[in-house]
Amino acid sequence: MQPEVLSGSLDGVRVVEWGSFISAPFCGKVLAELGADVIKIEPPVYGDESRRHGPFPQHVPDGERSGLFLFTNLNKRGITLDPGSATGRELLESLLDTADVFLENQPAALTQSHCLDYESLRSLFPRLIVTSITPYGRSGPYRDYKGYDLTANAIGGMSFGAGHPHREPLTTPLYQASYLAGVGAAFASVAALLGRDIKGPGGQGQLVDVSEGQVMSVLLSGYHLPTYIYRGVAGWRSGNRMRLGLFPNCVLPCKNGYVCIDAPQLEQYQRFLALMGDQEWVNEPRYRDRRAMSEDYPEEAEALITPWFMEHTKEEILAICLENRIPCAPVRTFGEVLEDVHLNSREFFKDVEHPQAGNLRYPGAAYRFSESPCRYVRSAPALGQHNQEILCGELGLDPSRLPAMARAGVI
Amino acid sequence: MPDALHGPLTPYRIVDLGSAWAGPMAAQLLADMGAQVIKVESRQRLDGLRLGRPMVGEDAAGGDRGLWPELQPLFHSINRNKLGVTLNLRTGEGIDLARRLIARSDVVMNNFSPGVLSRLGLDYPELKRLRPDIILVSMPSVGDSGPLRDILAYAPIIQALSGLMSVVGYDESEPLVGELQSPWSDAVASIYAGLAAMAALRHRNRTGRGQMVEVAQLEATASMLGEAFLSNQMNGKEPAPEGNHDAEFAPHNNYPCAGDDKWVAIAVKTEEEWLGFCLALENPAWTQDQRFADRAARLANTDDLDRYVSRWTRGLPAQEITQKLQDNGVAAMPVMNIEDQFLDPHLQQRDAYAQVEHPHIGAEWVYGMPWLLSGTPGSVRTPAPVLGEHNEYVFHQLLGVPLDELERLQEQQVIY
Repeated sequence: MQPEVLSGSLDGVRVVEWGSFISAPFCGKVLAELGADVIKIEPPVYGDESRRHGPFPQHVPDGERSGLFLFTNLNKRGITLDPGSATGRELLESLLDTADVFLENQPAALTQSHCLDYESLRSLFPRLIVTSITPYGRSGPYRDYKGYDLTANAIGGMSFGAGHPHREPLTTPLYQASYLAGVGAAFASVAALLGRDIKGPGGQGQLVDVSEGQVMSVLLSGYHLPTYIYRGVAGWRSGNRMRLGLFPNCVLPCKNGYVCIDAPQLEQYQRFLALMGDQEWVNEPRYRDRRAMSEDYPEEAEALITPWFMEHTKEEILAICLENRIPCAPVRTFGEVLEDVHLNSREFFKDVEHPQAGNLRYPGAAYRFSESPCRYVRSAPALGQHNQEILCGELGLDPSRLPAMARAGVI
Repeated sequence: MPDALHGPLTPYRIVDLGSAWAGPMAAQLLADMGAQVIKVESRQRLDGLRLGRPMVGEDAAGGDRGLWPELQPLFHSINRNKLGVTLNLRTGEGIDLARRLIARSDVVMNNFSPGVLSRLGLDYPELKRLRPDIILVSMPSVGDSGPLRDILAYAPIIQALSGLMSVVGYDESEPLVGELQSPWSDAVASIYAGLAAMAALRHRNRTGRGQMVEVAQLEATASMLGEAFLSNQMNGKEPAPEGNHDAEFAPHNNYPCAGDDKWVAIAVKTEEEWLGFCLALENPAWTQDQRFADRAARLANTDDLDRYVSRWTRGLPAQEITQKLQDNGVAAMPVMNIEDQFLDPHLQQRDAYAQVEHPHIGAEWVYGMPWLLSGTPGSVRTPAPVLGEHNEYVFHQLLGVPLDELERLQEQQVIY
């Protein structure tokens, strides 16, 4: 046990992560934040894909200073291991013997050739929960299809709706399908853990099969199912405005950037109109039908209110709308969010010191537990940082074997 | 004990005080996994998703006071698998019954604005007196503290405040698109809140201690944007909209296909995938062009590359392109709208849609399971409750309110 760890919700849970890039690593990060002991396995020499992604300080590529890797691997310990080698396999099996969850996002062919698929593992480790995150899932006609975040957004339905009507659909930025699936996989893994542990020593593991595309299809596009079934509308893109609902519900330019307004309730809209002062158009029948303004002639409607926004800065608009209880806020850049008074008064960002990348501010956890707080005790591991600690200290490997294993590419 | 169809959470009872989207969805995710979720609502102030002219049914008599609140399909997806009671929390007796119910429950979930729970006399210290190991999960928009705590914020506004909205667009030089057409922040916060409830249950099972968990929807959204925050700090680069471009892929876009508004997503990263891509197209001459000789060249000439790829995709159906490319080891997928998804054999086979029998609608499609557990999968078992459907079960059978008392409480609009 690590003495610096207080009581996290997942204290005593061990997760072995064989993950690359975002979905499984972010799932591991979420579980580690909750207190799980997450041990990350990386391929020797090469390491996780995300080590080559960046962002890098001053744009200089460096496997130990890639922002994506540093973020998605906070609070984990890391070892290098080739599960395809005999010794690597042996070590991995002793590790899995101590684990509650095996978390992976590898192609099906690779898990099968390494006998690390659920079917192979369940007989060896009946209590092990195997959490698998893939673009489309481990079953169904597309189970062996290749996919990336772009194609997960495509089947997930988010792309179809984003962008302008006569142009190409836009995928969700910043690989959000992969992150969403990572959080979903953490949810499903903890559900499986609770179910197993309620049954005591007889509790069984299971396969937790998470598809990036499906989490999105169900929990986001599922929103449009009634519109399709009862109105026959299969989808749309409507640029900077939400098509469903009541005007105003759009993104508009202001003096120094953009703002977003979404004021469905009549009183909210009236308070906004009051801000703009006397406007003759307000009483014209054409501009009293807020549904038609949103769905039929939004550009015309937006042109009526844009001048007011163009006269004000983002921060002025935020202050005025906060005071007048109008749902409207600036579209913040990431730099502005980092400086945001609200989030900083809540100490949302966490400063973590990394030996090579230095002190950086990371977005914190999604939640605050009064009794079992999330932890920020450890920066992301260097490649193979915990080989000796885990392989020798915990699994009893003779330290004198490490150099030869490294030469053979096992670790 | 958990059982397969009902899922791993059958021993737990959850009181869902939420309304609209984020709160009820969090409770629904737990209900799908087998928890007994009791939705507390009231005719005195209906859940917003029960209001308005419904998309289904002809009965216009009475509007929101008639059958309309029972005919809202979106409400039915988000509230399936729950029991429903009606309780007027503006009455002392209503609050008293809520307290009795909470005393018999494991978790209370809500997405009230800051301050509402304490006005109702149902804040955490109060709930703890009712049941020392209670778990309270709250989902305020931007948090219970801080200068923006009282901001009115729906999903798009939260996305604006998180930074995410600033990178939804085609290019830095064009007006910002910003909007996603689905309530992203609600879905994100709901998964986290469901996870938080289960993590707190595990902590309680081990230590005997309950707790309060705050899931600010803004922080949930921002928690997935670490790459952009680090980019800003590491190299001073402010992330900007890049359309479908990606620094490591080319081609990487949604390309036009045969048909009206049909598109296919194609993503090529490695040299091996590029060779597969060329093979799928039967190696046309342009693929040999120096501009596309290696990944660096392709990345430097993405606009030209996209033009060539579009020329090929434009005449073919998205499914056919997908098949050709996947057969050659290249990531491709039709850009699906909800119709494509609903009819898709893969999503169908994986239970992405489910049918329930709703008393006022009949057979009704709702969205299905977001993830598949092999041992205890959970299920979509029952339709969303009609208003007050389980009043008798919950108040009489569970809490022991005598039937004549129940009748009085209904007459006096306490159970209402």
